[in-house]
Amino acid sequence: MTPSEIIEVLREHDAEAVVSAVADGPYPHVVLKAEEIVTAAGFLKSEPRLRFDLLRCISAIDWPAKNSIELAYDLISTSLAHAFAIKVVLDRANPQVESVGGIWPAAQWHEREAFDLMGVTFLYHPDLRRILMPEDWTGHPLRKDYQDVVEYKGLKFNP
Amino acid sequence: MKEIELQSQPDLLHDGEVPSDVRTEELVLNMGPQHPSTHGVLRVILQTDGELVLKATPYIGYLHRSAEKIAEKVTYRQFTPYTDRLDYLAAMNNNLGFALAVEKLGGIEVPPRADYLRVIFAELNRIASHLMATGSYGLDMGAFTPLIYCFREREWIMDLFEAACGARLTYSYITIGGVREDLPEGWIQKCREFLDYFEPKIAEYNNLLSYNHIFINRTGNVGICPAELAVAYGLTGPCLRGSGLAWDLRKATPYCRYNEFEFDISVGRGQNGTLGDCWDRYFVRILEMVQSVRIVRQALDKLTDGPVQAKVPRIVKLPAGEVYYEVENPRGQLGFHLVSDGGTSPYRLKIRGPSFCNLSVLPVLAPNCLLADISALLGSIDIVMGEVDR
Repeated sequence: MTPSEIIEVLREHDAEAVVSAVADGPYPHVVLKAEEIVTAAGFLKSEPRLRFDLLRCISAIDWPAKNSIELAYDLISTSLAHAFAIKVVLDRANPQVESVGGIWPAAQWHEREAFDLMGVTFLYHPDLRRILMPEDWTGHPLRKDYQDVVEYKGLKFNP
Repeated sequence: MKEIELQSQPDLLHDGEVPSDVRTEELVLNMGPQHPSTHGVLRVILQTDGELVLKATPYIGYLHRSAEKIAEKVTYRQFTPYTDRLDYLAAMNNNLGFALAVEKLGGIEVPPRADYLRVIFAELNRIASHLMATGSYGLDMGAFTPLIYCFREREWIMDLFEAACGARLTYSYITIGGVREDLPEGWIQKCREFLDYFEPKIAEYNNLLSYNHIFINRTGNVGICPAELAVAYGLTGPCLRGSGLAWDLRKATPYCRYNEFEFDISVGRGQNGTLGDCWDRYFVRILEMVQSVRIVRQALDKLTDGPVQAKVPRIVKLPAGEVYYEVENPRGQLGFHLVSDGGTSPYRLKIRGPSFCNLSVLPVLAPNCLLADISALLGSIDIVMGEVDR
């Protein structure tokens, strides 16, 4: 299916959930309402015309200028060989969204990474801990306003 | 001293009653971060009951070098050497993935000769990477000899790479807009000689390792991963194809003119155990080497004359926007989510390392394995920590 057809199917399913859609260009995607993500994810996986069974990646993007954090879920279907992406926009001060790990278990580690490096909280995640940074680390390094740590456990870092 | 110890178990000594069965106790074992069969600095906490593994929890991040944060501070061209250090056994493929992502967003057209050269180097690197994977897998299973044989052939590929770009491990050869320089004189002849020499050697590996009775006993029926589980956990590459699903990005969404080449997707068939076991994942890599030889031969035949670099400015500036691009690496799909704000460096670059996703299935596969099977399982997943931790 082409991106515009996929957007059509999503609108048909729940027009209210779709905030905006981009059908052309290098990155076709839809922006969904954050609270609809789990319902939409279940639909994307089970709908016979879409069958997005492989969650490739979850990327968190920090936009201080827009005061938001975007999450991009990149999907591909191994049976129909089409790719698509969905996005949600979260409040930067309190980024919270439900975990999609129940639908795509692959999401669990990606969500842990987004939690660790970008500070996004995933509700109902079975094991939300830091994954790359040490557990006692403070701050979320991939935020644009992250201040470099000058000392960690007695180790001093030169700028 | 001895008496005190004996007195601590009065039941056994004085009551004359012996427990009917042997009581076992749960033991928590720490595997890694420094362990020969974790292929790098991976730490796995194993809960064991005797020889049986009850639970395995991987702890990663020991090799975290904040590649994604660095990307936001350097220009696009400057980031290419950092991609070498992700999956350091397949640096050419990493270069290719990053270059394609930037080219897609920037709308840069690559000349045909560069496309074929990219295919040749990506496939040669796939062979080198699979040689390392299969050789060291034999080592994990206690067979030292296959590693030496694999390294003998890998050395030849390293020599070919060195002749083309001067480096043996971190190449930065495939750059934005093409490849860095054209081939030196006589390289194509040398490459053909290597292919003729290498193809019969694959039978040698099979005799040495693949069909070895002990090896089959160690890897067949161990760590069985059904295709649905593999897809659910985002496994890609040989780990997914080992489960019997013919899914390969080179066929599904061809890039770099892969659609012009004839090759088959190698899948596991479960002929030495159950479909999706460690042996299947291992054997897919052997089969893929045969296919890579086929592709390189075709690409050498198709190689046209012409420039190897598109006209791209020294400091690349991309239009504001974003792209997600994936290529089929030896270990699976390597993805780059690139966001540009119109500047000279990425606004955000998220790297999807295939080993990161492949490793996430370990806590599911490990329970009820024997302790000795953990290294069989880890080796068959074939992780590179540089890519897991980035």
